Amino acid sequence: MKKYIFKRILLGLLVLAGVVTITFFLTRVLPSNPAAQWVGPRATPEQIAAAIKTLGLDKPLIVQYKTYVLNLLKGDLGVSLRSKQPVLTELKTYVPPTLELVLISTVFAVIIGIPLGLYSAKKKDKLLDHFCRFFSVGAVSLPTFWVALFLQLIFYRWLQLLPLGGQLDAKLKLMYEVPKITGMLTFDTLITGNMTLFVDALKHIILPGITISLYPIGLVARMTRSALLEILGEDYIKAAKSYGLKDNLILWKYALKNSLGTTATVLALSVGYTLVDTFLVEAIFNWPGVGNYISTAVMSMDYPAIIGVTLLSASSYVILNLIADIIIAVDPRVRT
Amino acid sequence: MTESKVPYLHIKDLKVNFKTHEGTKKILDIDEIKIDKGQAYGIIGESGTGKTVLALTILKLLEMPPGEIASGRILLDGDDLLKKTDKQMEREVRGKKISMIFQDPMSTLNPVYTVGDQLINVLVKNQNLKKKEAKVKALEMLKLVDLPDPERCMDKYPHELSGGQRQRVIIALALSCGAEFIIADEPTRNLDVTIQAGILKLIKNLQRTLNVTVLFIANNPGLISSTCDNAAVLYKGEIVEQGNTREVLKNPKHPYTFVLLNAIPKSKNEKINLSRIAITDVEENLDGACIYYNKCIKKTDDCKTLQKNIKISETHTVKCCLAEEN
Amino acid sequence: MNTYNSWKKIKSKYAQLRLNIYLLKKNTLTKWALYGVVLLTLIALIVPIILPEDVHVTQDANPRDKLLPPSSDHLFGTDELGRDIFKRVLLGTNISLRTAVLAVGAAILIGVPIGAVAGYYGGFTDELLMRLTDIFLGFPPLLLAIVIAAFLGPDLNNATLAIALSWWPWYTRIVRGQAVSLTERPFVKAAQAMGTPSARIILKHIIPNCIAPVIVQASMDIGGVILTIAAISFLGLGAQPPTPEWGLMVSTSRNYFLNAWWYSIFPGLAIFFTVLIFNLLGDGLREILDPKTRKN
Repeated sequence: MKKYIFKRILLGLLVLAGVVTITFFLTRVLPSNPAAQWVGPRATPEQIAAAIKTLGLDKPLIVQYKTYVLNLLKGDLGVSLRSKQPVLTELKTYVPPTLELVLISTVFAVIIGIPLGLYSAKKKDKLLDHFCRFFSVGAVSLPTFWVALFLQLIFYRWLQLLPLGGQLDAKLKLMYEVPKITGMLTFDTLITGNMTLFVDALKHIILPGITISLYPIGLVARMTRSALLEILGEDYIKAAKSYGLKDNLILWKYALKNSLGTTATVLALSVGYTLVDTFLVEAIFNWPGVGNYISTAVMSMDYPAIIGVTLLSASSYVILNLIADIIIAVDPRVRT
Repeated sequence: MTESKVPYLHIKDLKVNFKTHEGTKKILDIDEIKIDKGQAYGIIGESGTGKTVLALTILKLLEMPPGEIASGRILLDGDDLLKKTDKQMEREVRGKKISMIFQDPMSTLNPVYTVGDQLINVLVKNQNLKKKEAKVKALEMLKLVDLPDPERCMDKYPHELSGGQRQRVIIALALSCGAEFIIADEPTRNLDVTIQAGILKLIKNLQRTLNVTVLFIANNPGLISSTCDNAAVLYKGEIVEQGNTREVLKNPKHPYTFVLLNAIPKSKNEKINLSRIAITDVEENLDGACIYYNKCIKKTDDCKTLQKNIKISETHTVKCCLAEEN
Repeated sequence: MNTYNSWKKIKSKYAQLRLNIYLLKKNTLTKWALYGVVLLTLIALIVPIILPEDVHVTQDANPRDKLLPPSSDHLFGTDELGRDIFKRVLLGTNISLRTAVLAVGAAILIGVPIGAVAGYYGGFTDELLMRLTDIFLGFPPLLLAIVIAAFLGPDLNNATLAIALSWWPWYTRIVRGQAVSLTERPFVKAAQAMGTPSARIILKHIIPNCIAPVIVQASMDIGGVILTIAAISFLGLGAQPPTPEWGLMVSTSRNYFLNAWWYSIFPGLAIFFTVLIFNLLGDGLREILDPKTRKN
């Protein structure tokens, strides 16, 4: 058990090292011109040459790689070519809003996706099952970016109920001092007790929240359903029924605990999808998160920023998968 | 057996089919089974004859579809189980009146809960106990089934137990319900021979001491002879012979029962006469013929049309037109 | 004896096929999804012939007709250059389906040989190749494709390549598992005993025998790949104007959609329904072909 977890952590580190290497070489091997980016569009050849020197682009690739890795180990992600700010500092301000969205989507995935999958499996081939399946397949088939526009059209343009984008109303930002504790506004405004700000923050997060949540809900519901169908066919479920245990107890306690491993893996996967979905959605809602940051970085070939975000997303994804695998390993069936 | 007495479990004209893409397939066609209260009743048959389907049908746990109960009645204390809804079965019958010991000790226990937890769940539900009381009772149950070191077993997960120990836990679970009727579906099938004997003895003792009714399903007549008062032989979903266990096993009248009994070596020196088992791939499809017609070594032309139950004695019936009436 | 055996084999294959067709017929949703896929394929094949290089489709021809709401003339309305959105959406079918099939095909071409080699040789080769696969799977889904597409430069072909380069590990995993068990099978052992070169064994025995699960997986992946292409194009990294690509159309519509709802709604619906149909089919196929979820 301990050996397994140790091995798994080692593999996680290997994967992260691989991710760094692949991303680094991608940025160098593939055609792009960071030096020109650094000095801007109207630079003289001398300026570009100077920039190449400052950025260390004249050195052999392997030396550049070494410098990059050494800096990385010190926690230095490099300097953004566009803003000339350290990438790490920039990420610190961009991560919390994204985390806010990811947390919301994960909570929804758990409290809506799991019961949906559960009842769908219980009522297999009944009307409810067909509805749930259609909904969950539909949810994973929706282009997120389009859903964002669609919701804006309905709730902003037609019903005029919710704001178009951003985290807070511009006027309110001037009137009140916006709390900065975690960086997640709905949370910060709630614990500081500023109800006006909280309600406004809540209004702003509804549309991006829904958009981002649809995919994970569908994914979790689908996977829970198929995992459960397999378990409900097992002998021990039949046996539990023969002992007169209630259907609901069997479903919620017996079957669900047995499907925990699958659910954990799926949640890790769904967070992975959500992270990338923010790339598509945040720009539409003008949400000041990592997704917004990387879409600008991608447009301007700001490679330190791109590697920074890639590394951040990949490491959170790897860590989540690690946690999921450990949860599975804690399962007494796998435990040896 | 007196005719006037109402049997505890009475199965009548039960027909169960499986619907597949190739059409409807007959799985069970049982004329009658009567089991009295406190009795142990055995059902023998090779694998695939519908023994487990019968057990699951009584509890209404048969998967439908593909299963389908075409007709019949299953009366428990005069109450027709087939007329009950699933909710009624859950509330009134399963666990309360009937529970079941499943055949595979490896897959019958939930792998992610400890033995104690599983027992406590069942006890809390069926005996209206508080959690603490249930824990005490669970320990008692484990002692009752002669599980070595019951205290430690309470906190163990199923995979930490041996096959025999698991089967004892499963018996404890079935008994914990407090049901008066227990279906034991080949409880010793996947166990070593030495352990088999222990489990059999346990079931027999418990049946006597707790005065429960047992429907004992086995593929080996030897297991029935020591445990059951009455027995039935099942072949392709039909009961071909039934009655008092000793009479059926000592004096088999159906050619199939004969073959079944002879397939088991009684002692080292006895040779099995394999010639009695007709091995044939030819499957004549005859409607209305005796179900054993294709494999029977004694068949006559009468067997193609005649199918009737013949009473050998008050306590012994056989479904073979060649058997002589007494 | 041999003919008897092969006859039996054919018979069981036939029975299997009949069972699958029966299950397909019984599963109404999957059946309709299959019809849907056929319809989409027909649209993808026929529309480019009927509407070749139409001025309404690719060039700005009718500036007077710009941003007209849906009408009998323009079923889905027109865009900012006066082009007919309905025709553009129809033409987009070909682009989406073609790129998706190409991307999945390329991913299979990369992934399958790697998986077969890893599974067949085992040991160090296996360890090395599978850890490499793990690294590629360490990127959150879609992220690697976006990053590669970004560095290759905005172009539909680059985006297709990017998707293939990020998608292959899934096929490697499937094939490797199959290859490991196939290597133990008598016919592979026999081939080894006869001194058949490894490369030949992999090509003739291993790969053909693991192609079925790969195809099932591919059919399930098509929907996701179509969505990914649309997403990459939406970010501006895939198809370039004036290509009638759905994701790109939704992307361009962002500047106009608040006053011209039809502009973003219809291309988006086209993506949604296409992906939905492929996903339903993939789901159904898995349910039919996977013995675990199949119960009679």
